[in-house]
Amino acid sequence: MTQNILAKKVEAQQSEASDEPRCEFELSRRSFVKLLGAGLLITVTEGVSFGRRSGGRSRRSITVAARLHINQDGTITVMTGKVEEGQGARAQLTQAAAEELRVAADQIRLVMADTALVPNDGRTAGSQTTPSTVPAVRRGAATARELLTRLAAEQWKVDRGALDVRDGAITHQATKRTVSYADLAKSKDVAGAFAQAVSSDVTVTPVGAWKVLGTAVARPNWRDLVTGAHRFPSDFVRPNMLYGKILRPPSYGATLESIDLSKAKAMKDVVVVCDGQFVGCAAPSSFRATQVLEVIAKTASWKTVSHPSSKDLFSHLKKNARLGGRSRPRSRGSIDKGLADASKVLERTYEVAYIQHTPMEPRAATAEWKDGKLTVWTGVDGPQQAQGDLARTFQIPSERVRVIVPDMGSGFGGKHTGEAAVEAARLAKAAGRPVAVHWTRAEEFTWAYFRPAAVIECKGGLDAKGALIAWDFTNINAGGAAIDTPYNIANTKILSAGSDSPLRQGAYRCLAATANNFARESFMDELAAAAGIDPLAFRLAHLENQRIRTVLEAAAKHFDWATRRKKVTADIGVGLACGTEKSSVVAACVEVGIDRKRGEIKVHQVCEAFECGPIQNPANLTSQVQGCIIMGLGGALSEEMEFADGKILNASFAGYRVPRFRDVPKIDVHLINNTDIPSAGGGETPIIAIAPAIANAVFVATGVRIRSMPMRFVPMTGEVQKR
Amino acid sequence: MDVKVNLTVNGKKRSVTTDPKRSLLDVLREELNLTGTKYGCGEGRCGACTVLMDGKRVLSCVTPAAQANKKTITTIEGLARGDSLHPVQEAFLAEGAMQCGYCTPGMILTAAALLEKNPNPTDEEITTAMNVNLCRCNGYTKILNAVRRASKK
Repeated sequence: MTQNILAKKVEAQQSEASDEPRCEFELSRRSFVKLLGAGLLITVTEGVSFGRRSGGRSRRSITVAARLHINQDGTITVMTGKVEEGQGARAQLTQAAAEELRVAADQIRLVMADTALVPNDGRTAGSQTTPSTVPAVRRGAATARELLTRLAAEQWKVDRGALDVRDGAITHQATKRTVSYADLAKSKDVAGAFAQAVSSDVTVTPVGAWKVLGTAVARPNWRDLVTGAHRFPSDFVRPNMLYGKILRPPSYGATLESIDLSKAKAMKDVVVVCDGQFVGCAAPSSFRATQVLEVIAKTASWKTVSHPSSKDLFSHLKKNARLGGRSRPRSRGSIDKGLADASKVLERTYEVAYIQHTPMEPRAATAEWKDGKLTVWTGVDGPQQAQGDLARTFQIPSERVRVIVPDMGSGFGGKHTGEAAVEAARLAKAAGRPVAVHWTRAEEFTWAYFRPAAVIECKGGLDAKGALIAWDFTNINAGGAAIDTPYNIANTKILSAGSDSPLRQGAYRCLAATANNFARESFMDELAAAAGIDPLAFRLAHLENQRIRTVLEAAAKHFDWATRRKKVTADIGVGLACGTEKSSVVAACVEVGIDRKRGEIKVHQVCEAFECGPIQNPANLTSQVQGCIIMGLGGALSEEMEFADGKILNASFAGYRVPRFRDVPKIDVHLINNTDIPSAGGGETPIIAIAPAIANAVFVATGVRIRSMPMRFVPMTGEVQKR
Repeated sequence: MDVKVNLTVNGKKRSVTTDPKRSLLDVLREELNLTGTKYGCGEGRCGACTVLMDGKRVLSCVTPAAQANKKTITTIEGLARGDSLHPVQEAFLAEGAMQCGYCTPGMILTAAALLEKNPNPTDEEITTAMNVNLCRCNGYTKILNAVRRASKK
């Protein structure tokens, strides 16, 4: 049953911002005080309801007290449902609160992702922290600041406009009176004031006046990461805890027909659970639990089903494409007329393999039942969503489930689902003791979900002058992210079609935008070549979006495109690509070297320009862009799930190659600070320009067009590897 | 058949009775509650489990506990001297060389072992020494800067 729930959720998550049921959440005053520990409680309104709509924005406003709490020592506790998975939410949300409260970042203590303490800010996904949660926290902090200022004005019987707020204190210059937030918060009036809803139209600090936002604030708990003191989800140990292991089917779709647990059950200090298709065990050490699982697995007999193999993947997706029915193309002009009018028509198909997120920390959870209440420490990107899943699984009210997500070991969109949490809770319930379940790397490679594979069919028509007049683009299976072309073309038809995915698929950093941008930007290069026009000039001739033009021209300038394009050899190529997704824009120029003997494409340099509005934390944004660039190399050149007979054939780092130090090219990142628009997230879009820029560079050097990710050369021949 | 393994971990003498085939990683994490050392792959290909054994870097996930008998182990928890961080730890903070931080203990210990042996490594030597360590946030650029910075101290 649990597996079904999870599978359904993953399907729904393909669009990343799918509508989710609104979660209600209640918190008693007493438990709140206890959990926050020492400190002055301003107020908590009992039974405050929080909600969100798709996209992570609050449906109903929360109270100020639900967002922040002022402590007696003047520090301020701010609460958010977002998780920290390495992309910088902790620093950024700390900055957001500090900015509006007019205090230094180190005066803020940010409590993240504990369902007993924090409002539901939606999943940490879809680049939504910056455009949704940062503004929500800023509004909460600004409302608090205004309420405190107004109270000071009332107490002193002076005009609100005569007061300054600085360094956590309110000052009336004329009478030289000052009161700190902490002192003010002792008044009963504040308790009443903070029970008010966060104002939706409170004035927040304009970009030009930012003092904390816009600066390189370090992640507040960085020291604990370098000393090993931080406890990740897989590091949680509870008294009397056991380590659990789950029996996995030998192949996808296999069902358990019979099993003999008697031998395992007779083993000392071991708990064995069998409930339908769920079989697991728990023991005092993970080594022991693994031994028990081996004993159990030997007795299991399975009914297997046939399953497509990765060798036949693209023909399978194409054969099962749902091109009609609910899949409706978006059209402009007439594609038929555009293609008929064209003097040259190109038709190409691109392919993208399944890949895996491979977060450094595999799924992990520690579950503990006490008095009918369940607490789980786990690594998921939606604590309230996991809370809901657990409540449904165990058929208990969600108030009796508490999910805590300690800062976790990365996710990249791969931790929407809380399988380990459910598994640990099932074992813990049966054992009557806390149980930790830590997935192995092989389990993560096999039973987590994958970035969707894609077949993308493109048709393009050029007129006699080399202008693009027709664009027909169909993505089969991967989804619609960034599927629309930013280029100005009179006749277009664009379709995202579903198919029968052999693997369980779900969100990934930028999801289908990478596949769609790979196809579009590769195809634009092919069309430019067919038109006999430089690829940069060809793009600019069709590009009206000023933001994309700016990053494209910036990348080309810093890379010295015009000069280096002329210097290409048979072994050294240069290529470029650009794109937009999630309200940010990116362009990359790359240089590649081709080693024909070894069949290697080596990326020498990536020069990328990126813009996501006003930069909130330049150091963190640089890390995100650098990380996206290198992660992009993996999907472009080496990462690919291989499977046959329902088994993943390369479920290890030996068989599945991710980028390593040796693969790191020279990287030039150019961040453009556009203060005319709101800030957008920056942790995803920088990935989408990498693969097409590489493919285009390989073509320039060799004349060989590679239309499949990952891209490979066959040694010696220089020909593209046939699938 | 369990055996007794005597080892010195972060300066303290410890004794663990365990299956000799059990990994040193499991012993550190589950017996000694030193969870700074991470599981990443269990096949010795990601470096998250790196510790120092008699000063040399080892991959604790593929090191049987029995091999640690009579050895001196340093984990990430034992690298600083009191409140004074190791130069490599300082350099990681100065460069902001971590994102999720899960690979960080292994990265720091690998770099510390390298610099102990070779205080002034070339970029090529750093890359060779660090290549077994994976960072999936792909923060390699800043990590390389951190190792370079630490080598200058």
